[in-house]
Amino acid sequence: MAGVYIHIPFCKKACHYCNFHFSTSKGLQESFITALLQEIDLRKDYVTEPVSTIYFGGGTPSILPSSEIDAVLSQLSKTFTIEPGAEITLEANPDDITPEKLQEWKQIGINRLSIGIQSFFEEDLAWMNRAHNAEQAQNCIHLAQDAGFFNLTIDLIYGTPTLSDEHWKKNVDTAIALQIPHLSCYALTVEPATALDKLIRQKKLADIDTEKQARHFEQLMEWMKASGYDHYEISNFAKPGFKSKHNSSYWQAKQYIGLGPSAHSFNGRSRQWNIANNALYIQSLAQGTIPAEEEVLSSEQQLNEYIMTSLRTMEGISLNKLLADFGKDKYDTVLKTAHSHLTSQHLALENNFLKTTASGKLLADGIAADLFIL
Amino acid sequence: MGAHRYFCGNMKNIRNFCIIAHIDHGKSTLADRLLEFTHTISDRDMQAQVLDDMDLEREKGITIKSHAIQITYPFKGETYTLNLIDTPGHVDFSYEVSRALAACEGALLLVDASQGIQAQTISNLYLAIDNNLEIIPVINKIDMDGAMIEEVKDQIVELIGCKPETILLASAKSGIGIEGILAAIIERIPAPSGNVDAPLQALIFDSVFNSFRGIIIYYRIMNGSLKKGDKIQFASTRTDYFADEVGVLKLTMTAKDEVKTGDVGYIITGIKNAKEVKVGDTITLANNPAEMIKGFEEVKPMVFAGIFPVETDAFEELRDCMDKLQLNDASLTFELETSQALGFGFRCGFLGMLHMEIIQERLEREFNQTVITTVPNVSFIAHTSKGDTITVNNPTEMPDPTKLESIEEPFIKAQIVTHADYIGNIMTLCLGKRGIIINQSYLTSTRVELTFELPLTEIVFDFYDKLKSSTRGYASFDYHPIGYRESDIVKMDILLNSEKVDALSALIHRGRAQDFGRKLCEKLKELLPRQQFQIVIQAAIGAKIVARENISAMRKDVTAKCYGGDISRKRKLLEKQKEGKKRMKQIGNVEVPQEAFLAVLKLD
Repeated sequence: MAGVYIHIPFCKKACHYCNFHFSTSKGLQESFITALLQEIDLRKDYVTEPVSTIYFGGGTPSILPSSEIDAVLSQLSKTFTIEPGAEITLEANPDDITPEKLQEWKQIGINRLSIGIQSFFEEDLAWMNRAHNAEQAQNCIHLAQDAGFFNLTIDLIYGTPTLSDEHWKKNVDTAIALQIPHLSCYALTVEPATALDKLIRQKKLADIDTEKQARHFEQLMEWMKASGYDHYEISNFAKPGFKSKHNSSYWQAKQYIGLGPSAHSFNGRSRQWNIANNALYIQSLAQGTIPAEEEVLSSEQQLNEYIMTSLRTMEGISLNKLLADFGKDKYDTVLKTAHSHLTSQHLALENNFLKTTASGKLLADGIAADLFIL
Repeated sequence: MGAHRYFCGNMKNIRNFCIIAHIDHGKSTLADRLLEFTHTISDRDMQAQVLDDMDLEREKGITIKSHAIQITYPFKGETYTLNLIDTPGHVDFSYEVSRALAACEGALLLVDASQGIQAQTISNLYLAIDNNLEIIPVINKIDMDGAMIEEVKDQIVELIGCKPETILLASAKSGIGIEGILAAIIERIPAPSGNVDAPLQALIFDSVFNSFRGIIIYYRIMNGSLKKGDKIQFASTRTDYFADEVGVLKLTMTAKDEVKTGDVGYIITGIKNAKEVKVGDTITLANNPAEMIKGFEEVKPMVFAGIFPVETDAFEELRDCMDKLQLNDASLTFELETSQALGFGFRCGFLGMLHMEIIQERLEREFNQTVITTVPNVSFIAHTSKGDTITVNNPTEMPDPTKLESIEEPFIKAQIVTHADYIGNIMTLCLGKRGIIINQSYLTSTRVELTFELPLTEIVFDFYDKLKSSTRGYASFDYHPIGYRESDIVKMDILLNSEKVDALSALIHRGRAQDFGRKLCEKLKELLPRQQFQIVIQAAIGAKIVARENISAMRKDVTAKCYGGDISRKRKLLEKQKEGKKRMKQIGNVEVPQEAFLAVLKLD
């Protein structure tokens, strides 16, 4: 089982908080698709297993003409073995979603949509500098469902200064009422060198209120549980049968190939990432070279990544895997460090899995760092 | 007799002198000019401030170790040998100053024309007068804006009772008055006296460590002479050594067959450890030993603090470095210390706070050690109810209060020279530090010398900074120990989540304990990183809690997104975080960063 990630590095406008790689100029779009098709061809041997998930992320994949998405999908089918019934996700922004587009996506094989709603309230969307408005946020979901897309996920952002506790509840309630089977809920993060970072540093915007973020997160966990969603990763909630297969592969150290500028790939032992520059990406592939850097992981680094990612999931760290893959010494060291977190009830040990409790989920990074082996 | 036999090394043509000055009054610049003017040093070799040759000395602008240099100068048809003995410029090293002065017959009293006389100048001047030195007053920086030549003249006349016309005017920076100074040195400072035929007596005023030659001893010969190959003896220990090499101190060492009465020179004996050589000791001949020259004292450390490796397993390496440091700094003392909080380390004795700072910096710069220095304290004397007397250099050594009869603490006499405007502020400061005013005298209508008796422990923490800020820098300060007095000293413990942190304990006067405890808790609250649980910081005297602060638990520490591209970036970030934690000390369940152990020095 392998995953394919395709990075579409174009957006209509820049959201204040976003640090993903994108460009708001559309000039290079056509030559980008050519380069992308070329990269797929050049990297046909990277993936050794059949492909079970394909994910178009960005940027904003929904701004591409469907014919271009189709061309990419065709190239993938020609190059890799795609499993029947593979999960094929497209990230879409509400303002790009029209009945026509939805029909086209359906026809070319997209079977899951990830919609960047973020909030159903105007003031939040304006604060974030999103391209859509509150009405579009509601509407697009109805349109998607009318077109037969039921395997839907939406993104919501909490902890923004404009989002009151009441509105946060409203946002989650709306998603539940709309019968969306998967939610990704992110605490607003100030990434370095984003517009948000700059505005806060210039004191033009208030800094993040961590107390509010923690409160929103705790409320979220409660509401989702009460509504029958599994909290299967720190920021992801799903009704049974609707977990994201593609994203799960990131947290289970499965193989994936990332295509397009800035995309990351992982083959079990090494990570590699393409250059985060559209022009240079296109230029390099025109000369038949993959513009990537590579990092081979040491055993400790593999262990640390496993701890970090699995601790974010509902399954937690498998002690059996720890022992089998990393040996008795490391297994013992991790368990020894875990002890104080078990005592403080931030971690729990169940069926030979070490997992975070509800309170531990708020502190997962610090706990992971603590369990690391250097 | 002697005068006929030795033409070149003629005692009557030798002058031994030093320069007494406050920091920044131009001592090093004047030394440079004297060397240039007499061609002791060529322009090509000229490196500003030749005599201060340690990096740290240059940086701090002060002389830590004294040095000496020989100048040859023709004057009125005769050739003179002028030995300039440089003296340390900080109160931590006042004993070394006194020995350097004892090696001289005269001193240049150098005073900045715009600053006037400062406290340190006064106390060193008194030392010089006590040693019967001929004082040549020099007003420096006369060409600067703000020079108050007449006023400074008045101060000097008032202070030493000289005639105004004997005061020389100079600008070392511009080279004004240098020739006059040289003439005064020759004409006013007496030639050394002493008997060249008497048994050897040479006063050690300094020693330096050279990694190739071992310890190089600097001395002044009071009587007799020292020859290459002599079997010598130190009067304090009566241990014998061979004079492998003797010579005089030109810009570099110049070997000679013999150094005679009245002259200043060096000797190399193959001694590797600075501890064997004591400043103030007397070199005599093993087969004809003479008496020790008066004034020798074993240098006693004044301030004590623990030095611990941050990484517990770096202890052996640190021990090595401490041994090496002591080879060239005999005034550093240390012994093994075990702390529950910090593991194995050393209890170190320092001459003062500057000395402590220097040692810590040298460990870090020259020896690449990462160390934790704990709260410094002075040496207390505890009398137990059983009648025992215990020297307490470490809070953990303080006997339980129930077993204590009384405690004594060291006192100092402090001289502060300031502008009359700041008398009030200084009074407030010193009285707040348990000081007693002893004397107040006006040097001029606006300059005042205040004399206080103060507990030394009050000087250790933050006195200098406070003095500076309450006088806008217009005060100078000097002190001398005056013995022990009974005092109500208590041990203040710091607890982190109910666990006592021995490395943060301090000995403090009961009347100041509560305020101190409160400030220390506040400071620690600032310095300790938030953790996944609440941290309670408490200050306690015995079982009584006198101050408390809480650091609430970290509320949220988790990244929102962790997808393909985030994983390796996030891993690296968390690995770095873990690396940082390793450099902290784990006390109970609380992680304490290095700088928290010196929080006590940063209290407002």
